[in-house]
Amino acid sequence: MELKSNVPAGPLADKWDNHRFSSKLVNPANRRKYKAIVVGTGLAGASASATLAEQGYDVSTFCIQDSPRRAHSIAAQGGINAAKNYQNDGDSIYRLFYDTIKGGDFRSREANVYRLAQVSNNIIDQCVAQGVPFAREYGGTLANRSFGGAQVSRTFYARGQTGQQLLLGAYSALSRQIKAAKVTMHTRQEMMELVLVDGTARGIVTRDIISGKLTSHSADVVILATGGYGNAYFLSTNAMASNVTAAWRAHKKGAGFANPCFVQIHPTCIPVHGSYQSKLTLMSESLRNDGRVWVPKKPGDTRKPASIPEEERDYYLENKYPSFGNLVPRDVASRNAKEQCDAGKGVGSTQLAVYLDFAEAIRRDGEATILKKYGNLFQMYEKITDSNPLDEPMMIYPAVHYTMGGLWVDYNLMTTIPGLFAIGECNFSDHGANRLGASALMQGLADGYFIIGNTIANYLGSTPLDAVDTEHPQFPQAEKQVQDRIAKLLKNSEGGPEGKITVDDIHKELGLLLWDHCGMSRDKEGLEKALTELPAIQEKFWKHVYIPGSGEELNQSLERAGRLADFLEFAEIMIRDALAREESCGCHLREESQTEENEAKRDDNNYSHVAVWEYQGESKEPTLHKEELSFENVTPSQRSYK
Amino acid sequence: MTTKSIDLSLEIWRQKDSKATGDFETYTLQNISTDMSFLEMLDVLNENLTREGRDPVAFDHDCREGICGMCGAVVNGIAHGPEPETTLCQLHMRHFNSGDTLVIEPFRSRAFPIMKDLITDRSALDRIIQAGGYVSVNTGGAPDGNAIPIPSTTAELAMDAASCIGCGACVASCPNGAAMLFTGAKISQLSLLSQGQPERKERAMAMVTAMDKEGFGNCTNERECEAVCPKGISIRNIAIMNREYVKASVLG
Ligand SMILES: Cc1cc2nc3c(=O)[nH]c(=O)nc-3n(C[C@H](O)[C@H](O)[C@H](O)COP(=O)(O)OP(=O)(O)OC[C@H]3O[C@@H](n4cnc5c(N)ncnc54)[C@H](O)[C@@H]3O)c2cc1C
Ligand code: FES
Repeated sequence: MELKSNVPAGPLADKWDNHRFSSKLVNPANRRKYKAIVVGTGLAGASASATLAEQGYDVSTFCIQDSPRRAHSIAAQGGINAAKNYQNDGDSIYRLFYDTIKGGDFRSREANVYRLAQVSNNIIDQCVAQGVPFAREYGGTLANRSFGGAQVSRTFYARGQTGQQLLLGAYSALSRQIKAAKVTMHTRQEMMELVLVDGTARGIVTRDIISGKLTSHSADVVILATGGYGNAYFLSTNAMASNVTAAWRAHKKGAGFANPCFVQIHPTCIPVHGSYQSKLTLMSESLRNDGRVWVPKKPGDTRKPASIPEEERDYYLENKYPSFGNLVPRDVASRNAKEQCDAGKGVGSTQLAVYLDFAEAIRRDGEATILKKYGNLFQMYEKITDSNPLDEPMMIYPAVHYTMGGLWVDYNLMTTIPGLFAIGECNFSDHGANRLGASALMQGLADGYFIIGNTIANYLGSTPLDAVDTEHPQFPQAEKQVQDRIAKLLKNSEGGPEGKITVDDIHKELGLLLWDHCGMSRDKEGLEKALTELPAIQEKFWKHVYIPGSGEELNQSLERAGRLADFLEFAEIMIRDALAREESCGCHLREESQTEENEAKRDDNNYSHVAVWEYQGESKEPTLHKEELSFENVTPSQRSYK
Repeated sequence: MTTKSIDLSLEIWRQKDSKATGDFETYTLQNISTDMSFLEMLDVLNENLTREGRDPVAFDHDCREGICGMCGAVVNGIAHGPEPETTLCQLHMRHFNSGDTLVIEPFRSRAFPIMKDLITDRSALDRIIQAGGYVSVNTGGAPDGNAIPIPSTTAELAMDAASCIGCGACVASCPNGAAMLFTGAKISQLSLLSQGQPERKERAMAMVTAMDKEGFGNCTNERECEAVCPKGISIRNIAIMNREYVKASVLG
C-alpha cells in the first residue's frame, strides 16, 4: 500500500492556491456526463452533494434515515469555528491552524489543517447566505464565543443547536438540487458494499431498508461521508444508526484505515443509569466554567452529597492541576473521572459518576446569573434525570463522543482506492489525536463545500475512465456477496430463539471490552487481553445471535446485526492500533508512557506518524503502514496542565 | 430523584407493511425503571419479544436527544405523549404510573402512509422544502457574513421558527392533517431574514402549492399542532405564512 500524501509544494499559505491552479478542470458542458455517488447526508455529504450538483455533475445521494435532514450532524450543539477575527482579539488563519494542529497533539498533516483554517471563513459566509440564523450582537453583526478552552472568540453558534441549523442549511441547498433533478436522493438506503472495477471505485450496492431489496449503482467517483464509528463502544453520544459499515467495506476492498484507535471521550455526559441504557447524552463542556468536580474522599461513601462535609470531599482536578483546575482539557478530565470511579469513589446508583457542583458559583454569583448561563442545560439535565442542579450537584461521567481516526486520505481527500473519496468524520484528516471543540462541523463543511469539488475535477480531468454500468460482472458479484452475508446473519434464526442471544447482548459485550481496554487509558497487558478475548465474542455472535424476521422486509434487528458484524471485525484494528502506538498522545494515555508527574508522554521520535492499516483477508493479520509526519512550520511541544 | 419500577400494559399498533391492514396487540411489561426513556422501554419490550421468537415492534429513532425528528408515535391520543415540548425519545417513564395502559400508534395522516408498525413515510415534508424552502445561492459566491447586519431580535425570531425538527407531530395531531405549522415555520424563518427576500413571493407560492398537492389539509385554527410541537413552534407562523401567500398571490 502506497501512502502518497500528494501535499503540493510551496509555502504553507500558498499550497491550496497552487494546487487549485495546477489541478485539472472539467469543462462545464462535460460535467453532466460524470456520475458521482455520495453516501451520507450529514454536513459533509449534504454540502458535497449540493455543491457537486451546482457545478453540473450528475449526483446520486444515499442515507439511512427517512430524510437527509436527520443525519447525526443535526445533534451538534456548541458551534463552528472560523478565523474571521470579527472580535479583533488576535485571531488569524495561522492561529486557527496552529491551535488545531497543537490541539491534535501534532499527529495531523500541516498542509491539510492549514487549508481547513483557510476555507473556514468561506463557510460562515456561505451559511449566512443560506439563511442560517446564527446568533447576532445587538448591532446586527455575528456573535462569537470562546469554546473548548480557546483563547480567542472564534466560535459561531445558533443557540445550542448549531449542528441543526448548519445541517438544515446544507439540506436546503441539497433540496434545491433535488428539485432541479441534479441530485437523485435515495433515503432509507444502506450502502452494503463498494464495487471496484479494475481497482477503481465504480459504484456501490445498497439495501432498501423498507423492502430489503438490493440494488447496484454505478458512477465515476464514490464519496463516503458516512460519519464516525463511536458506536463500536455501544454506548456513545452518537446517533443510534452511526456505524462503520461503509468505511469498513471500503477498507476490506483496499482502502487504508488510519489511526483507528484515536477516539475522543467527552468528560461531561449524563451517566449511565441502567443496563437498558441505549445512548449517552452530552452536556455542554461550558458547565465546567462554573461547576466544581468532586467525589467523596472515602471510597464507597453513599451519603447524599449535601451530607458530605467539605473536608471529606476530594476536588481532585483542583488539587491535582492547580493552574487549570476544573478546566483541564477533555482527555485529562475524562481520565481522572474514570480513575476516581475505578478507585471506588464514584457516586450515584451505579457508582460510575462524579459530582459537578454549582453550589459555590450560586453563592458567589446568585441563582439568576447561573440560570442565565446554564438554564437550558439544567432543564435538559432535569428532564433526563429528574434532579435539579440548583438543589443538588449534577452527576457526570465520560462518554465516547468523536472518532478522529477514519479512512486514510491524501491531500485530495482520496483514499488508497482510486476514485473513492472520504469526507467529514469518516476520514482521518485534520484532527490528529484529538479534536478541538467546534472543529468537526468546520471540517465537514470545508470538505463538502470547498474542497471536494476541486479535487474531484482534478481526478476526473486527469484519469481516463472506461464507461461502466451495473451490467458489469463486478456488480452482480458484489450483490451476491451482500446476499450471502445476509443469509449468514440469518442462518441461526431457523431454530427459534432458544438458547440464543440478541444483537444488543453482543454489542454491549463488545462495547464493554473496548471501553475497559481500548478507552481513554490503555496498557499493553489490557490491549493484549482484549485482542485474545475478541474472537470469542465474534464467534458467539456468528454462532448464537438470533435475528427474527427475514431479509426481504423492514427488519431493524437485521440492520443492527449487519452493523455490529462490521464493528466486531473493525474492533480488531482499533485494538491493534492502540497496541502498536506505545506512546500517550492526544486523547489517550498509554500507561507505559507517562512523565514523572503521571502525565501523558508523547514520543515524537518513534510515533510521529499516521498509522495506516491494510486489510489482508479473512483471519489474516492486517499490516501496518506509516505515513511519517513532518513539521516544517510549527515545532511540536509537550502539553502541560500542571 | 427517586427511581421506581412500574408495570405497564401496552396496546401497540402492529402492521406488517404498507399494504397490510393493521391492528392493536396487547403486551405487558414488568419492572420498568422510571429512569428509562420511552424508547428504552420499547427497546426492553423488543428484547423480550425477540427472546420469545416474536417480531419486535418497528419504530423510527436516531438521535434520541430530541433533535433529529426521526422518532414519534401517538401515545394515549397525544403525538409524542403527554409531556409538553418533549419528543418521544425525551419522554421518561417517570411520567407514568404502575398499572397504566398505554395505547401507542403511528402518526396517522393521509400524507403519511404507514410502512410498518409505528413507522410512517413522511417524505412529503421533504418535498415541501424542495419546492422552495431555501435561498438559491450556489456555493462560493456569498458575501462576507457581516455584510448584511441583521438585528439580533430578528435573528432570534428566525431561530425560533428554524428550530422545527420536521417530526410531523403537527400533521398527526391536526384534525385536518394540515402541514401548516411545518411549512409556516420555514416560510417565516426565511421571510424574516434579508437573505430570504429576493425569492420571498415565489417561495410562499411554491411551498403552499406543494403542501396542497401532497394531500395535507387546511388550517381551521384548532391549535392542536402548537400544543404537541416538541419545539414549541408558535401558531403565529401559520398567520405569517397566510400573509405571505396572500401578498404573493394578490400582489403578484
Ligand atoms: C452530541 C454531539 C455534539 C456535537 N457538537 C459538536 C459541536 O458543537 N461542534 C463541532 O464541530 N462538532 C460537534 N460534534 C461532532 C460533529 O457533530 C460530527 O463530527 C459531524 O457532524 C459529523 O458529520 P458527518 O457529515 O461527517 O457525518 P454524519 O452527520 O454522522 O452523517 C453520516 C451520514 O452517513 C449516512 N450513512 C452512514 N452509513 C451509511 C451507509 N452504510 N449507507 C448509507 N448511508 C450511510 C447517514 O445516514 C448520515 O446521513 C458533536 C457530536 C455529537 C455526538
Ligand atoms: S430520536 Fe431524534 S428526535 Fe427523537
